[in-house]
Amino acid sequence: MNIFKLVFLELMHRKSQLISGLVAIVLGIAVIVGIKTVTIHSEIAVAKKLDNLGANILVLPQGANIDDYYTADIDAPTIPMEYVERILTSSLQGVDNLSPKLTRRIEINGKKVVLTGIMPASEIASKPIWQTNGLQGNELKASCSPTKTENQDNGYKDEKLQRKVIDTLDINDCLVGSQIAITLSLKENDKITIEGKEFNVDKVLPETGTIDDDRIFAHLTAVQELLKLEGQISAIEIMGCCNAISDGLLNDLRNILPDTRITTISQIVATQIETNGMMNRLSFVFLIIIIFVGGISIGNYIWANVNERRKEIGTLRLIGAPKSYIYRILLLKAIVLGVFGGICGYILGTIAAVYLGPQVAQIEVFPITIYFWYSLIIAVVISIIGSLIPAYLAGKIEPYSNMQEV
Amino acid sequence: MSLLVIENLSKIYKSKKKTIHALDNISLEVEKGDFVTITGPSGSGKTTLLLTLAGMIKPSSGKISFNDFHIEKASDRRLAGYRKKNVGFVMQSFALIPYLTALQNVMVPLSLVNSRSSIQKSKAKKVLEMVGLEDRIYHLPKELSAGQQQRVAIARALINNPSVIFADEPTGNLDPALSGEILKTFKEINSNQKITILMVTHSPQAAEYGNKNIRLCDGKLI
Repeated sequence: MNIFKLVFLELMHRKSQLISGLVAIVLGIAVIVGIKTVTIHSEIAVAKKLDNLGANILVLPQGANIDDYYTADIDAPTIPMEYVERILTSSLQGVDNLSPKLTRRIEINGKKVVLTGIMPASEIASKPIWQTNGLQGNELKASCSPTKTENQDNGYKDEKLQRKVIDTLDINDCLVGSQIAITLSLKENDKITIEGKEFNVDKVLPETGTIDDDRIFAHLTAVQELLKLEGQISAIEIMGCCNAISDGLLNDLRNILPDTRITTISQIVATQIETNGMMNRLSFVFLIIIIFVGGISIGNYIWANVNERRKEIGTLRLIGAPKSYIYRILLLKAIVLGVFGGICGYILGTIAAVYLGPQVAQIEVFPITIYFWYSLIIAVVISIIGSLIPAYLAGKIEPYSNMQEV
Repeated sequence: MSLLVIENLSKIYKSKKKTIHALDNISLEVEKGDFVTITGPSGSGKTTLLLTLAGMIKPSSGKISFNDFHIEKASDRRLAGYRKKNVGFVMQSFALIPYLTALQNVMVPLSLVNSRSSIQKSKAKKVLEMVGLEDRIYHLPKELSAGQQQRVAIARALINNPSVIFADEPTGNLDPALSGEILKTFKEINSNQKITILMVTHSPQAAEYGNKNIRLCDGKLI
């Protein structure tokens, strides 16, 4: 016989009480786990959508509009290159990639072409569609995933190509959009003269179905020199973490760059971001409720149990159990309830999330293991807190509860 | 040297309307091996005396020493230790834990002194055998007769080799035949193991089993 066996045998003796005591905590934990599991997967889905869209924030000069940027108007205003440095040196969270560019409409062989100066490494990173079409072989990552440092081993399929495109896009090299390549009959390693300077066609870009198909990309420095716009850029494309955007990244950027116009395309997933935020707030509210309801429910159960066991507790005190032994019995029981409630709550919540997630949020949901430990910790802490007062009062039960005359 | 020395022991309960002297200036010495029966009318203070000697009620005044251990001054923890190591209890209501078998009920006091499970089991079996319950060790209290339950309680009182057993109306719930058996068991324990017994009883027949009888009336020794 030991205290664990004593607690176990008592729990088994009053199984129906045990079940009713567990209901509140199991349901509470299940609701939190269910909501959080769906929310997390929904956030991942949003992040992937944003990543697939590429850059999702655009920093433009104050007087410019998005049309100016896309039409590459010759008189479109510019912003200093120093703004990129300003963002990089700030403590902003959630900026995954910066892609400064200078865009102007020019003529080549009588054909109108949009020339875009880019910083090669950052441009490739902000164009997932290029990555999936052979320019870069690494798997797409949600923009909320940890940022990779430049030149890290990204698992490129073609190391030579990766170096060629990202690291050695020479000042005399250019990348040609698929449509322009057809229009100007260009292929890789052809020579092309732009504004009097000869460039080597390093790569014909895969068709993207976007305005990029009608562009020629060259090194930003080369384009700035050609257009005599040294130190100037037309825009900064930013890949922002979706959570950071909803947490106010745009306003933070506006504070750093007050004389610019900052727009986002995250409206596309705004509803989902809003729903995620609501779900997060909802799960927080449920957490508060479960702490109160679960704690009170467990406390009530333990107190009822103490009252039912007054004689038994009196007997234990009579035969020499100190108050601390009574506290230990009841707190151990609370821990058992918490562990059991946490496990059952996690399983129930996860099953609900996996089955209901696709129907409610149209996303695939998988169990999140870390929530198992959170469920366990929360349920045990709630059980212990709920049991403190009943355990304290149980310690006050006098040993002579079994005696006559008193 | 006396096992229990009681000097000028008083216990007063005060309420708004009146003051009750549950124990009134009692002095008494109990020697090792005594079988003391405590008799008296209801409300005379018999059980209060037993509870005070067991360290479960603090006296209002007076001294109680058990082998130089001053019960009236001791902390709650030390009193629990005193009961755990030196005292066995037998109650009228048996006070068995309902979800434990006879064997497990007897093992509980040993678990409080952190005895190993195998030792607990062998000792408990031996004691249950001694009280004639070797064939009932795996029975729950509800599966035992009143007499058998009281024997389990006696076995539990004996398991830690106590110096003294406090019995509060141990035959109060038993028929005369069973009462006789239980009292005989007490007598044997007292004679064979030299364990001191203080037994509260209403019954004059039960009181005859003791070698000393004290009678209380309105909290006073008479």
